[in-house]
Amino acid sequence: MGRFTYFAVLAFIFVGSAWLEIALRTRVFRRWKRLLLALAVPFMVFVAWDVWALATGHWSIDPERTVGLDLFGVIPIEEIVFFIVVPTASILSLEAVRSVRGWPLGDEEITP
Amino acid sequence: MTYTQLGFLMVVGAVLIDLLVLRTRLVTRKGFWVAYAIVLFFQLLTNGILTGIGAFRYADDAIVGQMPADGGPPPMFGEGRVVFQPFEDLMMGFSLCLLAMALWIFWGRRGVQRTPMAGPPIWRSGRWARTPAPGAASAEPRGAGDGDAST
Repeated sequence: MGRFTYFAVLAFIFVGSAWLEIALRTRVFRRWKRLLLALAVPFMVFVAWDVWALATGHWSIDPERTVGLDLFGVIPIEEIVFFIVVPTASILSLEAVRSVRGWPLGDEEITP
Repeated sequence: MTYTQLGFLMVVGAVLIDLLVLRTRLVTRKGFWVAYAIVLFFQLLTNGILTGIGAFRYADDAIVGQMPADGGPPPMFGEGRVVFQPFEDLMMGFSLCLLAMALWIFWGRRGVQRTPMAGPPIWRSGRWARTPAPGAASAEPRGAGDGDAST
């Protein structure tokens, strides 16, 4: 798959989790404002970490496995998408478990 | 600071934020750990593929494990690797997902789109339900609620 390898894996993660919205009625995308609020802080923290780690050389990403769009000169566009798709998938999993089992998660009541 | 040290700090930080800052206490809930087990399975699979084919490479001085001296691919297990990926990646994945899930619960609890709640699965109510009327009736209270309380 060459340069679309990383994007293909991201697409798998997205499709592999997004179907829960329909099949298990997770209602995560439907509550998109809450989703964006949940994603914002982790996104900024982990993208910053990633940019720093790539610049420092903690890890590197094979340019032959990415489409070649690098933001800030160091971070491939796939990494940006990763930090949106993966936390979203984790929230979909959480709501999927609630949909099937009904276990409480702490937001059953409003507590300001 | 190495990836190992940062990963450890992020796990501790995420747990402390969940317990003390947001007070969502997700790490004390069964639902979180089942969801994390699902996430972990797919991380091992997808990140295992990408690290196994060498799409991601890690500096020897950043992680616990060392790459083979012959420049070959990383081992599947051993040298700090779990399905090809350094265990440090598992710490990053855990902290990323715990933080996102805790914030999701935090904002819901504050009344931002707390409802409609998740569920029931389509096979328990609606078109695919085997027992339409009782299933739909018992599931309804969770779906209904205080409406869209978002600001």
